Amino acid sequence: MIKINPKIYPHTKRAQASPFSTRGTGARYGVGVYMDYAAATPVDPRVLKAMLPYFSKRFGNTMSLHSFGQEAKQALEESRERVSDLMGAKPNEIIFTSSATESNNLALKGIAEASQKRGRHIIISPIEHPCVLESAKWLGEQGFQITKLPVDKYGLVNLADLKKAIRKDTILVSIIHASHEIGTIEPIKEIGKICKEKGVYFHTDASQSFGKIPIDVNKMNIDLLTASSHKMYGPKGAACLFIKEGIKISPILHGGGHESGLRSSTVNVPAIVGFAKACEICKKAMKTESQRLIKLRNKLIKGVLTKIPDSYLNGHPKKRLPNNTNFWFEFVEGESIIIQLDLLGVAVSTGSACSSAKLEPSHTLLAIGLKPQQAHGSLRLSLGRWTIEKEINYVLKVLPKIIKKLREISPFKHG
Amino acid sequence: MAKNKLYTKKVIEHFSNPHNYGKIKNPDGVGKVGNLICGDVMWLYIKIGKNERGKEIIKDIKFETFGCVAALATSSIITDLAKGKTLEDALKIDKNEIVNSLGGLPPIKIHCSVLASDALAEAIYDYLLRNKKKIFPELKKRHERILKEIEVIDEKYKDWLDIEEKAHTQE
Repeated sequence: MIKINPKIYPHTKRAQASPFSTRGTGARYGVGVYMDYAAATPVDPRVLKAMLPYFSKRFGNTMSLHSFGQEAKQALEESRERVSDLMGAKPNEIIFTSSATESNNLALKGIAEASQKRGRHIIISPIEHPCVLESAKWLGEQGFQITKLPVDKYGLVNLADLKKAIRKDTILVSIIHASHEIGTIEPIKEIGKICKEKGVYFHTDASQSFGKIPIDVNKMNIDLLTASSHKMYGPKGAACLFIKEGIKISPILHGGGHESGLRSSTVNVPAIVGFAKACEICKKAMKTESQRLIKLRNKLIKGVLTKIPDSYLNGHPKKRLPNNTNFWFEFVEGESIIIQLDLLGVAVSTGSACSSAKLEPSHTLLAIGLKPQQAHGSLRLSLGRWTIEKEINYVLKVLPKIIKKLREISPFKHG
Repeated sequence: MAKNKLYTKKVIEHFSNPHNYGKIKNPDGVGKVGNLICGDVMWLYIKIGKNERGKEIIKDIKFETFGCVAALATSSIITDLAKGKTLEDALKIDKNEIVNSLGGLPPIKIHCSVLASDALAEAIYDYLLRNKKKIFPELKKRHERILKEIEVIDEKYKDWLDIEEKAHTQE
């Protein structure tokens, strides 16, 4: 078993035992191999420890003037500093929200509302998270014009296309930092530069990248940025929107005026404290952890592509999140692969229509040029803080057998 | 083996160890239903024999399926349900019987059971047609409905099929 550097993870031993057993692999030990970190991450025990006092002991309302309230308020402001620190922002540029979905809604709808006198044109990519796509669609129904830039076969936005798409009435460009499905990292810095030159606001959804790869909102010319706690070992129910100083944005929640009037709602202090602690841990660990994950990721990619015939990698081979792999397998369907893997204790996800509530294949995979039937055979395995090499080996042992079996049953075969 | 909470034990059993999968050489009838674009494709092969009373029965049946857990499980169970049955009785197997035999399916997956019974109906239709036998009017109606559904799907995914077609003509 690979030992994770104890200096970075003082609680590693406990952590490994706590979220789920990784001491064994697969069926013999029940659920063991979690490879769906892009969907949700377990809360780091250090994060949980930091959160606990804020439930029953330091429970005050941040708006109260008494010491209970001020204690909570102080925790909130310290959290704001920690979160802003991980992206090179100022604390007053961070608005806490409940989810990345909320942050993205606020970014698009809030900018649209506040800037509509300047123009009503918004540019997005086709591989955004549904919360951006649906917000843009809704704005389209309200009379805004939406341009979806094309992406290449890796999911990359073309900078020349972006330049061409920006018009006089363009108010916002929103491009995802790294794809939640295929892990491709967009040229954010260059996109930001173009937007800056053209005087257009630039928002990026960094839900999957924040805490995993370096982000500096100033160097990258980012005006608005979404980050989420539960993708980086913090709890669910906390996220943030970075809004560069001086940018006017309208709230979507009206009420008591929390978060500088941009997000009224009683502040979820425990979750935000957890989010901040998660940021602090990620900041310390990012460099070594990303190197460790890249090694494991590359081993998994190479192993799958060599051991399974007619398998292909989705997304960019290099410009890719350290923890993301995404494949498609010919002649088989993803949900069947997932359940087979689940029965053997491996947790992953797919872009197949059969697994979605809408029974439609992944829009990201269709946008990079996969046919629906190819998207049905897709599989995403995302790694994380507790992934060890033994687990990669286990997946490389069981996955080829599963694909082979399903292909035997499938009517589609070679020849 | 770990438990799965999405599907019943019976579904998982059939999915993990499907009965009667594969091809039948020189089948008497083949039913091909579903659509690759939607994600589920079922091919059913049947071999016809006679029972002691001289009535035609499904002597052997096999399937090949591309699809989700529910598609594979319904394919497997329908081969069990149909084997040995007379053609009339086999045609009576409906989605309820399939779903009940599996101990239930998630609501969003019920259409898979319809697909399985359609595949069987199509295989029987194919057998009767090939041998110029009398086709029951109900079966004919059903065949027409299945054809129509394929048309609807083709229409819905017209853009994709056009791209497909172009790609093939270029090759």
